[in-house]
Amino acid sequence: MRALTFQGTHDVRVDTVDDPEIINPRDAIIRVTSTAICGSDLHLYDGVIPGVMPGDVLGHEFMGEVVETGPGSTLKKGQRVVVPFTISCGGCFHCKIQQYSACDNSNPAEKQDASEMMYGHASSGLFGYSHMTGGYSGGQAEYVRVPFSDVGPIMVPDHLTDEQVLFLSDILPTGWMAAENAEIEPDDTVAVWGCGPVGLFAIQSALVMGAARVIAIDHYPHRLELARQLGAEVINFRESNVAEALMEMSGGIGVDAVIDAVGMESHGFAIENMLDVVKQKVGIGADRSHALRQALLAVRKGGRVSIPGVYGGLTDKFPLGALMEKGLQIRTGQTHVQRYMKDLLEKIEDGTLDTTFLISHRLPLELAADGYRNFKEQQDTWTKVVLKP
Amino acid sequence: MKDDDRSRGAAGLAGLVAAGAIVAGVALAASSRKRGGGDVPDDAPGFTARGWMGGRSFGKYDVVGRSVTIGRPREELYAFWRDFGNLSQFMENVEKVQPVGEDGHCVWTFRAPAGRTVDVETRIVSEEEGRLIAWRSVDGSDIDTEGRVTFDDAPGERGTRVSVRVAYKPPAGELGRLIAKMFAREPEVQGRHDLRRFKMLMETGEIATSARRKDQTRAAKQAEKHQTKEEAA
Ligand SMILES: NC(=O)c1ccc[n+]([C@@H]2O[C@H](COP(=O)([O-])OP(=O)(O)OC[C@H]3O[C@@H](n4cnc5c(N)ncnc54)[C@H](O)[C@@H]3O)[C@@H](O)[C@H]2O)c1
Ligand SMILES: [Zn+2]
Ligand SMILES: [Zn+2]
Repeated sequence: MRALTFQGTHDVRVDTVDDPEIINPRDAIIRVTSTAICGSDLHLYDGVIPGVMPGDVLGHEFMGEVVETGPGSTLKKGQRVVVPFTISCGGCFHCKIQQYSACDNSNPAEKQDASEMMYGHASSGLFGYSHMTGGYSGGQAEYVRVPFSDVGPIMVPDHLTDEQVLFLSDILPTGWMAAENAEIEPDDTVAVWGCGPVGLFAIQSALVMGAARVIAIDHYPHRLELARQLGAEVINFRESNVAEALMEMSGGIGVDAVIDAVGMESHGFAIENMLDVVKQKVGIGADRSHALRQALLAVRKGGRVSIPGVYGGLTDKFPLGALMEKGLQIRTGQTHVQRYMKDLLEKIEDGTLDTTFLISHRLPLELAADGYRNFKEQQDTWTKVVLKP
Repeated sequence: MKDDDRSRGAAGLAGLVAAGAIVAGVALAASSRKRGGGDVPDDAPGFTARGWMGGRSFGKYDVVGRSVTIGRPREELYAFWRDFGNLSQFMENVEKVQPVGEDGHCVWTFRAPAGRTVDVETRIVSEEEGRLIAWRSVDGSDIDTEGRVTFDDAPGERGTRVSVRVAYKPPAGELGRLIAKMFAREPEVQGRHDLRRFKMLMETGEIATSARRKDQTRAAKQAEKHQTKEEAA
């Protein structure tokens, strides 16, 4: 089959690789009809997530048609499904309490050691990501082997297009969980750093959950414009002092909740961020947490901090004092996708959520490498790329 | 096998070490206590003692241990384990375990380096239905080892806490020391992986693999590697 493979930093290629086959009883094989490039893929592309090997098939946002099932699968050939990027068994302690991205049983035994050393514990398997999360072949391919297919994939009705439902695989639940983690209350003002797909869905979700105001922060005019169209007020961090602006806009209180939808590769020329850039380049495992630092200072006393943005290593100059002295709460994590898919599918169907507004480009899978390059280098206008195998 | 005794011993140790990890553990009374003279003994298992090189040996034995909580009833896990033939399903270095006779004797066939296999015969030294199985190598084995697995109810709905402990005595002599060094961490790592696979098998009915094809799974590669080495030998 044809698939997008990682070769090295800023080097991805569409290649011919072995077709997947059923290995375990609960597996299914999906023929991919649509797949997307995610901000998380950029972290892999930029080489800042450890444990990605040459030849790995990337992609964790995908959907398609069931073409083969193992004896333990509940899927049927011909069904149209969206697949969550988290691989979860459904039966372990964590899955039972819906902490799907913490599944004990989907990350192969011998792949868990590195995470255990770095984080204390290993998280679930993820499609098309690092070998620390299993090294599973991903969805930017013609076919995918989907383990635990009786638990993850959700069937979607034919009257909804691929583009309407594709993002159930990741960024829509991720934006939703980000807003849920901010524990939004009716009169709240919520600030969101990053107007990429995750930030945009977090903004939309926060408004659906009843936030009085959402303030969106980025430096790309077009992305800020998309945020504004959703109903957010916007701050361009190249033009305004974010901390001061947020204090003013919240009447001197500080915002009630903050969402970091930027993650480990924050942009910006703040002095501590430039140091982080250097440390990340020389590979000493430092995450660039500029946006998060700013968020911790901007949030009001007793406020809530939600972090959907991905971090993988260590950071320093972290305002730990602000966290403690202001009595903040932090919630974060890889999204427990399976927890949200059904509800969010209903919200797409009844029109509560719009999922297609952020798609800027549609490309054949063969041009996936161009998709990566532009999604990285032309971020302003390349907001979301959908690939067609 | 036409190897001379020395290399057989070497393979034996490696296998055993691996085996030990794989298997489960014996009650080395000493290993449940910390050695030496701490002021106040704490409640941590002895094999978690701090220290480099030898920090985890008790008398002449090295001890490895690991616990895992599995969301299945105690009796079920016990029964699966007690049927020793099942163990090779999740113990990577165990090719097979065959019962011999009727009093709980088994022959474990371990995959050793360089495509060799090593057999170790064990007997059951104590057993409590649904709670504990302990075994020991019979006198005269290449490798002197004992293992023990215990099954305890975990709090609430969490199932069963399975604890495995294996003790093994590296063969004496220069070669033995060399091998012990080479494989110093191996039993611990192997044991950790094996227990994770046991949990997967019991909780999900399968063992996770990220391979795309059957012939690319770890198990398949392991078997194949072994196969070709055997043929070459
Ligand atoms: N938690 C999860 O399960 C999960 C799932 C998907 C994505 N993610 C993560 O969410 C993050 C965002 O994903 P995305 O697809 O939207 O990525 P993206 O790269 O398209 O968007 C990131 C945005 O952040 C902006 N930005 C950079 N530095 C900033 C700063 N200092 N202040 C304000 N804005 C800044 C960028 O201009 C960009 O628009 C990534 O870290 C991604 O890995 C997490
Ligand atoms: Zn993603
Ligand atoms: Zn699970």
